[in-house]
Amino acid sequence: MSDPVLQIENLQTHFFTDRGQIPAVDGVTITVNKGEVVGIVGESGCGKSVTSLSVMKLVPNPPGKIVGGTIKFKGEDLVTANEKRMRDIRGNEIAMIFQEPMTSLNPVFTIGNQIGEAIRLHTKASKKQSRDRAIDMLKKVGIPRAEAIVDEYPHQLSGGMRQRVMIAMAMACNPELLIADEPTTALDVTIQAQILDLMRQLNREAQTAILLITHDLGVVAEMCHRVVVMYAGNVIEEGDVRTILKKPKHPYTKGLLNSLPKLEESQERLYSIPGNVPIPGSLTVGCRFAPRCDQATDLCRSEMPQLKAVGDNHFSRCWLSE
Amino acid sequence: MAETHVQTVTWKVKDEEVVSPWREAWRALRKNKLAMVGLAIILFFVAVAVFAPMIAPYPYDEGELVMKNKPPSGEHWFGTDYNGRDVFSRVVYGARISLWVGTFSVIGSVVAGTILGLLAGFYGKWIDTLISRIFDIMLAFPSILLAIAIVAILGPSLQNALLAIAIINIPTFGRLVRSRVLSLKEEEFVMAARAIGMKDSRIIMQHILPNSLAPIIVTGTMGIATAIIEAAALGFLGLGAQPPEPEWGKMLSDSRQYIQKAPWTVIFPGLSIMLTVLGFNLIGDGLRDALDPRMKN
Repeated sequence: MSDPVLQIENLQTHFFTDRGQIPAVDGVTITVNKGEVVGIVGESGCGKSVTSLSVMKLVPNPPGKIVGGTIKFKGEDLVTANEKRMRDIRGNEIAMIFQEPMTSLNPVFTIGNQIGEAIRLHTKASKKQSRDRAIDMLKKVGIPRAEAIVDEYPHQLSGGMRQRVMIAMAMACNPELLIADEPTTALDVTIQAQILDLMRQLNREAQTAILLITHDLGVVAEMCHRVVVMYAGNVIEEGDVRTILKKPKHPYTKGLLNSLPKLEESQERLYSIPGNVPIPGSLTVGCRFAPRCDQATDLCRSEMPQLKAVGDNHFSRCWLSE
Repeated sequence: MAETHVQTVTWKVKDEEVVSPWREAWRALRKNKLAMVGLAIILFFVAVAVFAPMIAPYPYDEGELVMKNKPPSGEHWFGTDYNGRDVFSRVVYGARISLWVGTFSVIGSVVAGTILGLLAGFYGKWIDTLISRIFDIMLAFPSILLAIAIVAILGPSLQNALLAIAIINIPTFGRLVRSRVLSLKEEEFVMAARAIGMKDSRIIMQHILPNSLAPIIVTGTMGIATAIIEAAALGFLGLGAQPPEPEWGKMLSDSRQYIQKAPWTVIFPGLSIMLTVLGFNLIGDGLRDALDPRMKN
């Protein structure tokens, strides 16, 4: 693999709560190469968002803390980087967009003001220059009448428009990595498609690597080059998008794919994986998915499998896929 | 290509001119009749205070004893008090004192309360514990009792009364701001601001403070009314304005022995207190309606 932008290695982010130490992310290894779109999928509570926040070092502390592993951004370890260095990186080299475009913008400032703010934080641009750049960015993300919109307030825009503004803000300083935490979950389907188009276009034109967090396998199929499937704080399967969607190895990934409605067959009931994600912190010995797995053996219940190569660039954490 | 399908999402609900949230609030306020009445009352008293020397027909601190306790007449519109001083002139000058004390004590409480509230809410941990417990202790006293204690230490005067009122109202604003900060801190736009590399101090000034202003303004306006009453109460107890300053509360207490013989000496200062307080409460109510985001459509 060539030219990694982000290398997360054996990351452990734990939460220290009244109920004890909870390993939300427990030994995650993910690599994102230049210009690549990597998807992280998994159910709610599997540690997707915490992984992404760890990269930005924005895990609320207390209670969260990175207790182990390294996060290398272009070779520089972010775990040991100080706050000042992190502020330089955030927004400038790594940008992030969030799930809720309705609340991600400050209601009391104009759009231009907020995009300009991101630009002024990292460059020496004047007010006028950053405003012009904000207008350029708005045009780039497909907002017409950018000259007028730049002076408007967030409440005057629709959700899709606001997410475009968020993307404009994130892309304003030409970051090398964009972390998108469920960027389309709060939007309706047609707007989703447009936002995804836009992100793909930015990825192609600016060679921005994207770490896309989602629970929507449709989005993954559409966007990603590579997919990482997470379960209970672990990576359980990883591979390129075709392999994962066509020939998944891990029973959990198979279950996820089976629970999608299919167009060509009529189904009485949609498949669902029995049981729930284990409560974080209540971890047992053996494979974490074993209690819900219909193929679990005694080995699965007693010993945790390792992430092992099962094909070309395809890894799975399952005894059965060996 | 991107341009073509983009067109479908670009309409706005109405093609209205862009207005800032403050302007919008002013529009809403202007439609509120009661608030406008309140504003008119306040502007009236402000004008009276500013032009007091021109309005008052007599000096507020000199009277003729032969003219004492005379009922209202063409010469003395509001009558005269037990020293023969013109009540109208005293009420007019009293507007200066009440508005001064009310406004400046609230400015003092707002500034101090906001700073403490921001610190407590944003940084949490021991800073929050320290500041919040101090507020709790202050709020455990009846506020007027605390004010009396402060004035007793500093000595009775109008300035000290103002200071005492400012101090006792700090927890009100401090708690208000703290609670706003606690909820704003969790807003996604604060996280988004962090994600673009913004410093804490800048997040406070750019994101937290502007979004806390609306409740501060509303409570501040209402606070002026309370402060005026508290100043009058301290004056009544002889702990605020000292003679011959024509403070409304002081005028009430000085004249209370003559309440049956010369009721006008009590009625007019009392009415003035009531009217200014009413004015500030009305405008405060109106501001709350105008600035409340839940009222927006």
